[in-house]
Amino acid sequence: MTSHAEYHKDYQGAKIGMWLFLFSELILFGGLFIAYSAFRLRYPHEFHEASGELNAALGVANTVVLLTSSLTMALSISALQQARKRHASAFLSATIGLGALFLVNKFFEWSAKIHHGLYPGSAHLMEREPGQRLFFGLYYSMTGLHGLHVVAGVTLLSIMLVLLVRDRITPDDFVKLENSGLYWHLVDVIWIFLLPLFYLAA
Amino acid sequence: MSAASAAKPYFEEGRRGFLGWVTSTDHKRIAILYLVSMVTFFLVAVALGVLMRIEQLTMGQTIMKPTTYNALFTLHGVIMIFLFVLPGLPAVFGNFFLPILIGARDVAFPRLNLLSWYFFLAGALIAVASLFTGGGPPDTGWTFYVPYSVKTGTNVTLAVFGAFVLGFSSILTGLNFVTTIHRLRAPGMTWFRMPLFPWSLYATGWVQILATPIVGITLVLLILERLFHVGIFDPAIGGDPVLYQHLFWIYSHPAVYIMILPAMGAISEIIPTFAHRAIFGYGAIAMSSMAIAGLGSLVWAHHMFTSGLSDFSVLVFSLLTFLVAVPSAIKVFNWVATLYRGSIELTAAMLYALSFIFLFCIGGLTGLFNGALAVNVHIHDTYFIVGHFHYVMFGGTGFAFFAALHYWFPKMTGRTFSERFAKISWAPLFFGFNVLYFGMLVLGAQGMPRRYYDHLPQFHTGHVVITVGSWFLSLGVLMMFGNLLYAAFRGGRAEANPWGGVTLEWTLPSPPPAENFETVPTITAPPYQFNPESAP
Repeated sequence: MTSHAEYHKDYQGAKIGMWLFLFSELILFGGLFIAYSAFRLRYPHEFHEASGELNAALGVANTVVLLTSSLTMALSISALQQARKRHASAFLSATIGLGALFLVNKFFEWSAKIHHGLYPGSAHLMEREPGQRLFFGLYYSMTGLHGLHVVAGVTLLSIMLVLLVRDRITPDDFVKLENSGLYWHLVDVIWIFLLPLFYLAA
Repeated sequence: MSAASAAKPYFEEGRRGFLGWVTSTDHKRIAILYLVSMVTFFLVAVALGVLMRIEQLTMGQTIMKPTTYNALFTLHGVIMIFLFVLPGLPAVFGNFFLPILIGARDVAFPRLNLLSWYFFLAGALIAVASLFTGGGPPDTGWTFYVPYSVKTGTNVTLAVFGAFVLGFSSILTGLNFVTTIHRLRAPGMTWFRMPLFPWSLYATGWVQILATPIVGITLVLLILERLFHVGIFDPAIGGDPVLYQHLFWIYSHPAVYIMILPAMGAISEIIPTFAHRAIFGYGAIAMSSMAIAGLGSLVWAHHMFTSGLSDFSVLVFSLLTFLVAVPSAIKVFNWVATLYRGSIELTAAMLYALSFIFLFCIGGLTGLFNGALAVNVHIHDTYFIVGHFHYVMFGGTGFAFFAALHYWFPKMTGRTFSERFAKISWAPLFFGFNVLYFGMLVLGAQGMPRRYYDHLPQFHTGHVVITVGSWFLSLGVLMMFGNLLYAAFRGGRAEANPWGGVTLEWTLPSPPPAENFETVPTITAPPYQFNPESAP
C-alpha cells in the first residue's frame, strides 16, 4: 500500500492543501491580533509608551533579514525550475542561514529585555500600568509564537535541502520545495505585521 | 487484476495484524481505527454520565464528593465533545465513504490522513494523562472558562494541551476533505452530482479549517496565562476574562456545526434510500449546509448574553441566532417532503434516522428559546441548557451516528447484523433518552442550575425520574453496540447492496477492495435516481 500516495501526484491538489493550511495559520495568529486590537483600543497611551522601549533598529534589521530570506527562497525555487541545482541549494542554504540569524537576533533582544526585568509576571513589570503589562505580555506571546514558526520553517527548509541534495526534489518534481517556500513567505508576512504593531507604535 | 483479487476485502490487503492497521494509509482502515477508538471513549463518557446521575439520585452526598463531581462533568464533556461528537461522523464515515461517494480511490493526502489519527490518539492520551498527573483531573467544565481555569490547582494545562493537539487532527482532516472534493471527483461527478454527505463534509471541512485555529490560539493563551501570567485574560494584570469567552465561542459555536452538519449529511443519504425516492430539494439541502456554515460563524455571542455585552450587540446576536434556524428548518422540511409518498421501509437505520429528525427538532426549537434574550436570562446555566444541547448533540449527532453505523455497517464489515435486535435496543434508548433530557428541560425551566452536585427538595422527584431514564438510555446503548460487535465477528455475509441504495458505495462489493474501484466510474446523472427510466 506504500504506492498508494504515489500514484496520484497532483500538484494542484498539493498546493490547495498548503493554501488551506496557510489559511488556518493566518487565523491562528488572527486570534492574537484580535487580542492586540482589543487592548490597544483600551490602552492606546500605555501601548504607545511601552512600544518606545523596544529596540526599533533591531526590529527593522530583523525585518530586512527576513525579507531577504524570502527573496533567496524565491530565487532558489526559480533556479531549480531552470535546472540549476547548485544555485538552488545555495539560495536555499542562504534562506536557512538568514532564518537562523533572525532567531539569534531575537534571542539577544529577548534576553536584554528579560535582563531589564521586562517579562510577564516580573516584579518590575507588575509595578507598571496595566496597559504596559499587557503590551509586553502580547509582545512575548506574539513574537514567541512567530519565533516558533521560524524554528519550524528553518527545520522544514533544512529537510528540503537534504531532499534537494539527494535528488528527491528535482526540476520536474519540486512541489515540496514550493510549498515550503509558501510557508516561509507566510512567516515573513506575519512578521511584517508584527513590526509596526510592536516596534513602530511609539 | 483478476476478478478474484479484485474482490479481496480491504482489510485483507497489505500488511495484516496490529502493525498493519496502525501503519495503513487506506482511508477505510483509518476510518475503522477512528471508529474503534471513538466508541471506546464514548462508552467511557457514558459511564461517567451515569455516575453523575446516580450522585443526583438522593439529596446530599450519594456516591462521591463535590470535587469528584466537578471532575466528572468536566471529563464527560471533554471526552464527549472533543473525542466523540466533534470528530465522530467526519473521521469515521467521512473517511470511509467520502472518497467512495465521489468515485475516488482514496483521499487527497493519505499519509496526512493517518497522521491525523495519530494526532487524535496523542491528544486523547495527553488528556487522559492529565487525570493522573499534576494537581489531578481538571474541574472547570469543558469550556475552561477563565478566571477559574487559571486559578484552579488541577491539571488544566495538560488537558488544554490535549485539546490543542486534537485541534490539529481536526484541521488536517478538514483540509484533506476539502482538497479531496476539489481534486478527486470522478469524471462526470460535477458539484451538483455529488451526494449530500460529501456536500455536508465540504461545508464542515471549511469550518474545521477556519474556526479551529481560533480555539487553538485561545487554548495556547490559556496555557501561557497559567505558566507565565501573561495577563491577557487576567483582570488583576489588566486583561479581560470576557475576551476569553469571545475567543472560545468564536470557535466553539461553529464547532457545533462541525458536529451537526455531517450528521445532517448522513441523514440525507439514509432517508432517500429507505423511502426509495429521490431526495426532495437536493439543491436546497446542499446550499443550506453552506448557509449554516456561514451564518453559524456569526452567532457565537449568544453563549454570552449574561456576560455583560452591550444591549446593541446582544440584539444583533439574537437576530443572527434566529436566522441560523432557517437553513436547519429547510433541511427538516426537505427530509419530511422526501418521506411524503415514498415507499418507506422501516429498517433499524431508518428508525434511528427518523428519531434524529424528531429529536433534532426538539433540540433546534429549544435553541430558539435560548436565543430569545429575556428567556435566556431565566434559563442561562440551568438544566434547560444541558437538556437542549443533549437533544442536539446526542439526539442529533449521536442518533445520526447510530443511524449511519447501522446503514453502512454491512458495507464496512461485510457482515449483517440482527435487524430485530437493533430495533429492540432502539426502544430503551429512545425512551430513556427522552425521559432523561426532556426531564432536564423541565427541571431547568423550574430553575435547577447545572453543574451542582446536589439539589434542593423541590427538584428531587425530577432528579429521580431522569436518573432512571439514564439507566434505560445506557441499557439501550449497550444493547445496540453489543448487537453490532457480535455481528462484526459472527454476522452473516452481507450482499453488495442490501438496502437497494443507488449511491456509488453500493456498486462495490461488501466490504470494498483496497483500491475501491477497479475502474473509476464515469458519472452521467444526478444522485438518488431510484427510477432512472421514469425520471422526468
